[in-house]
Amino acid sequence: MLVLNLYNCLQTYLALGALLFGLGVYGLVVHRTVIGMLISSEFILAAASTNFMAFNRFLAPDPSIGQVFTLFIMAIAAAEAAIAISIVIAVYRNYKTIDVEDLGDLQG
Amino acid sequence: MQPLVWPPMANPTLFSLEGAVGIIFLLTIALVVTGGLIAVVSQRLVRAVSGLAICFTGLAGVYYFLLSPFVAMMQLLIYVGAVSILIAFGIMMATPEQEIGPGNAWISRLVGPLGASVGGLFFAALTILGLKTPWQVFPRTAEASGDIEQVGKTLLTSHSMVFELISIVLLMAIIGALVIARRGRN
Repeated sequence: MLVLNLYNCLQTYLALGALLFGLGVYGLVVHRTVIGMLISSEFILAAASTNFMAFNRFLAPDPSIGQVFTLFIMAIAAAEAAIAISIVIAVYRNYKTIDVEDLGDLQG
Repeated sequence: MQPLVWPPMANPTLFSLEGAVGIIFLLTIALVVTGGLIAVVSQRLVRAVSGLAICFTGLAGVYYFLLSPFVAMMQLLIYVGAVSILIAFGIMMATPEQEIGPGNAWISRLVGPLGASVGGLFFAALTILGLKTPWQVFPRTAEASGDIEQVGKTLLTSHSMVFELISIVLLMAIIGALVIARRGRN
């Protein structure tokens, strides 16, 4: 069965990364809370890491560079999540809501 | 190195070792897709975070298939263990008691098809791009294995500047998160 050998092809992982990116964009458009948008942005970062790891395993001359880069992406994503959650908590304390439609103080 | 052909040429039978590995890989992919769909589609934030954790567990398996168990472990530790728990705490502390109202009728009617079309367009375009491009394999350099020892050496020799900068970024993030979240409390 050819489908059982999918894990040896670069294109499988590229399609998986594209799927994660599409899901992230969809969630970023659809979700109405700030935390939901934060979750969707994590998917976009995961898609980037997946592509880095795939190219790193199949194409790169030195297969440790992509792993190091993925570790950096993880560190940045963790910092971003911490900052975003603290901003959400501060916003919730002032506005009593996390719905993005209610956070329109700067709207013209 | 693998031959890198599409569609896959090797043809393992179902009840062999390679077949079992392929089945495990398909289960991993199913975990990623299911978790991603749960996280994106559900309106309840607790379910979305559970989907995020499921999806990232599957993604750790995918990284394991990409011959880097260290990054798979880091994925489990950082994403499943830290980021998901952090978002869960954020939901516990910052979710209003009442349900989110219907909102603007026009926007809520428009946003589903819009998001699906944009996301689907990105997915289709990137997949076609990945399938059509003739990827060129660079030959491996000598003593390039990609195991943990070499990752550590790369991290502390040729990328040590970025390593230090990342630690500064993390320190700033910790301090900034504390300051922002604490402001307004007496």
